[in-house]
Amino acid sequence: MQLTLWTYEGPPHVGAMRVAAAMQGIHYVLHAPQGDTYADLLFTMIERRDRRPPVTYTTFQARDLGGDTAELFKTAAREAYERFRPQAMLVGASCTAELIQDDPGGLARALQLPIPVVPLELPAYQRKENWGASETFYQLVRALAGPAVPPSGTQRPARAAGVRPRCNILGPTALGFRHRDDLAEIAALLGRLGIDVNVVAPMGAAPADIARLGEADFNVVLYPEVASAAAQWLHRSFGQPATRIVPIGVGATRRFVQEVAALAQVDPAPALDDPGSRATWYARSVDSTYLTGKRVFVFGDATHAVAAARVAKDELGFTVVGLGTYSRELARDVRAAAQAIGVEPLITDDYLEVEAAVAALQPDLVLGTQMERHIAKRLGIPCAVISAPVHVQDFPARYSPQMGFEGANVLFDTWVHPLMMGLEEHLIGMFREDFEFREDAAPSHLGSHAAPTAAPSPAPAPPAAAESGGPIVAAWEAAAEKELGKIPFFVRGKARRNTERFAAERGVPLITVETLYDAKAHFGR
Amino acid sequence: MSAGAAVAAPPDAESCSQVPVLRERGQREVFCGLTSIVWLHRKIQDAFFLVVGSRTCAHLLQSAAGVMIFAEPRFATAIIDERDLAGLADANAELDRVVGRLLARRPEIKLLFLVGSCPSEVIKLDLKRAATRLSQSFGPNVRVLNYSGSGIETTFTQGEDACLASLVPSLPPEPADAGRSLLVVGALAEIVEDQLGRLLGQLGIGPVRFLPPRSAASLPQAGPRTSYLLAQPFLGDTARALDERGAQRLDAPFPLGVEGTTRWLQAAATAWGISTARFDAVTAPAAERAQRAMARYRALLAGKRIFFFPDSQLEIPLARFLAREIGLVPVEVGTPYLHRQHLAAELAMLPAGTTISEGQHVERQLDRCRAARPDIVVCGLGLANPLEAEGITTKWSIELLFTPIQGYEQAADLAELFARPLDRRMRLVA
Repeated sequence: MQLTLWTYEGPPHVGAMRVAAAMQGIHYVLHAPQGDTYADLLFTMIERRDRRPPVTYTTFQARDLGGDTAELFKTAAREAYERFRPQAMLVGASCTAELIQDDPGGLARALQLPIPVVPLELPAYQRKENWGASETFYQLVRALAGPAVPPSGTQRPARAAGVRPRCNILGPTALGFRHRDDLAEIAALLGRLGIDVNVVAPMGAAPADIARLGEADFNVVLYPEVASAAAQWLHRSFGQPATRIVPIGVGATRRFVQEVAALAQVDPAPALDDPGSRATWYARSVDSTYLTGKRVFVFGDATHAVAAARVAKDELGFTVVGLGTYSRELARDVRAAAQAIGVEPLITDDYLEVEAAVAALQPDLVLGTQMERHIAKRLGIPCAVISAPVHVQDFPARYSPQMGFEGANVLFDTWVHPLMMGLEEHLIGMFREDFEFREDAAPSHLGSHAAPTAAPSPAPAPPAAAESGGPIVAAWEAAAEKELGKIPFFVRGKARRNTERFAAERGVPLITVETLYDAKAHFGR
Repeated sequence: MSAGAAVAAPPDAESCSQVPVLRERGQREVFCGLTSIVWLHRKIQDAFFLVVGSRTCAHLLQSAAGVMIFAEPRFATAIIDERDLAGLADANAELDRVVGRLLARRPEIKLLFLVGSCPSEVIKLDLKRAATRLSQSFGPNVRVLNYSGSGIETTFTQGEDACLASLVPSLPPEPADAGRSLLVVGALAEIVEDQLGRLLGQLGIGPVRFLPPRSAASLPQAGPRTSYLLAQPFLGDTARALDERGAQRLDAPFPLGVEGTTRWLQAAATAWGISTARFDAVTAPAAERAQRAMARYRALLAGKRIFFFPDSQLEIPLARFLAREIGLVPVEVGTPYLHRQHLAAELAMLPAGTTISEGQHVERQLDRCRAARPDIVVCGLGLANPLEAEGITTKWSIELLFTPIQGYEQAADLAELFARPLDRRMRLVA
């Protein structure tokens, strides 16, 4: 059992719903008790979709358990087919139905529906949402594209002269973090390279489109969490290579263009730059000097976290002080990235652990999910959202991709705006005692309502070290405490932490003004 | 019965009490009982709700809460994993460990509810025994109770019913010399509690206590000299538990709208033998003010047709209020469950010809709804935007539980909740 306040991912059947809801002409019959229909509101409210997700829930109740829940499933599947006339059907069980072992796949087969029926085995007590999306997409691709697979050993014919290269774009789903806009951005980029898009899947694809995935020359994998498994199968079955670079940030976008151009055997030049790309110049602009070495904590799904850490370090000149993910399936990538920048990777889906890490590190900026936004708000630290889990605000009305050149512009804006502006930071530092520079003064451009007031109750969990009988924290002399108060609030937590660590390491029992400045000299800014 | 200012005629043969109910079976687009934790955890300030369930339960709670609540929530989920299911871990030992961690983190918690879920019910995890064991380990500082909010047994607001019913055996007994007292049952917004408490006080009715209380330390007493008034229509099990303690239910409609509030107060006034003159003197000014406030919404809403999808069991009292005081025409009133006894007074006041449906087959109900083309549809969050996209104006039913709607001062606010979507539709020109 795991104590969970908030969860980063839903159960795996929600991942299946994200695939089904993104597609056309498909219906998912889910064996589930009353209440599991809550998942519909993720799509209709968070993403503001204008139709219900294509899901039928059997809605069994306690009184059905002694009776025939299997018959209930068959009725629901039959009625769903008759009402919605889908071109393919997914069938499966949610967590409770998994326990009663009714075998939705076998029951659906017995109905002999005249369409492909794809049974999903999504172990709800082991796996989570992204795995569920990946497994669902993989099973659908195998089932629907399988009949077109050539005999093994068949060489993929070379593209005929004069025929434009074609690719599939794999990965965008419903409820994805900016999937809609990433897709538009990357499709446009491919267009500039003279590459046609054969099929986009799951988003917008019908079962017949999945069946012709094999016709493309290669696959563009935008979200490995969802599409890697399917892309690997397509590679094995049709000899289609797949991209490995996720085009988040200017550098990765350029490398992605090179990679795609090589796969398509076209000239990368037309897409290596973009007149609308401003992020690189903005980062070099003198006013960005104040961004130098800002300490950032990064947490999200593996793809977005690794990309954000790289962009933060290489394209904005931040210092990454923490990097982590809740995606255990792709933890290896995050470990490697963390090692490369010399930080300890945080692989966890325990929100409390992430909170403790942020509290202990006291970064200047948190790049995380809606969960970290919540943590950062409580701790009074600026935050920008970089990854799912999503919130209604993560579906902006405007075009706001994360990928490609425009995506890099968006990253610059959304990460820099929450930070204190350069000169304002200096003024607050110099004139601490100005009566208008209150504790809770927020950067003026964020408006008064954005004051980072830390939640009064309850106090965040103390860092693990303090609980487990770590070094005793030295006491503060009154004068030192007063001096500490003159340090701007947004670096005061760090100054306090550094001084206490400095004192503890040297066995200083009482922190004086001198200790404070000794520590400052030791650690630097 | 003494006649109050706005007391309606007694039930007649034309009313709904005899009308057959359309019973439906199929996909239900409703929440499970766990969802009521979203308001209960704010109501009892030193209580914590620990759901013993799956990742789905945890995901439901954070999705139904709609937002990441700014302060840390007083609810969490102990997620059952495959080790618990395979018997590799002793589920009870695991639960003890999780509760220990939780209480160490939140020492201010005085009352802990272990809340059963679909998976915990199906694997027959005995939370009652666990609660007794944990009460012994952590008592007397922390009292541990259990109830089920599972979807296989409870629909949405029934979770509050199960929670309150689990509290009833813990209510202190009446002292030997206790006089009669009034217990108001059902979670209400604090402002509503205060208003109703003031009115009852002015009528000379008391002492008045509330269940649930605002803190675990102030559990109301219960016994044979306790009369209780239900403030919510979904409290069947709680009422039964109170009856077992010897308390008496005062039959009344629910305090929605002027008429409902007056008759609800009247039930207590009658039991306490309060004179008509005094009752009118206390209630008439408030009733009159509420009528004035409602008038502008009546002008906007009268004659409009309304369709209720089942959600909270508040549907029948709401339809009664909207029909009789605002002039809306209820086309179909869906309820997840119909408690005929507690709703007898309400059913008697519904206009004749109103279709009442119990349970749900959501596809067939959507067909009926589209065919009826109502002016406004009350439904859950999963249906609202899809219906809006079809050009049908909707009102989110969940807001009716998150907004103070009971009592005189809220009658106009309640009407406004239904007027706003129509007002909005008229304002938007593009």
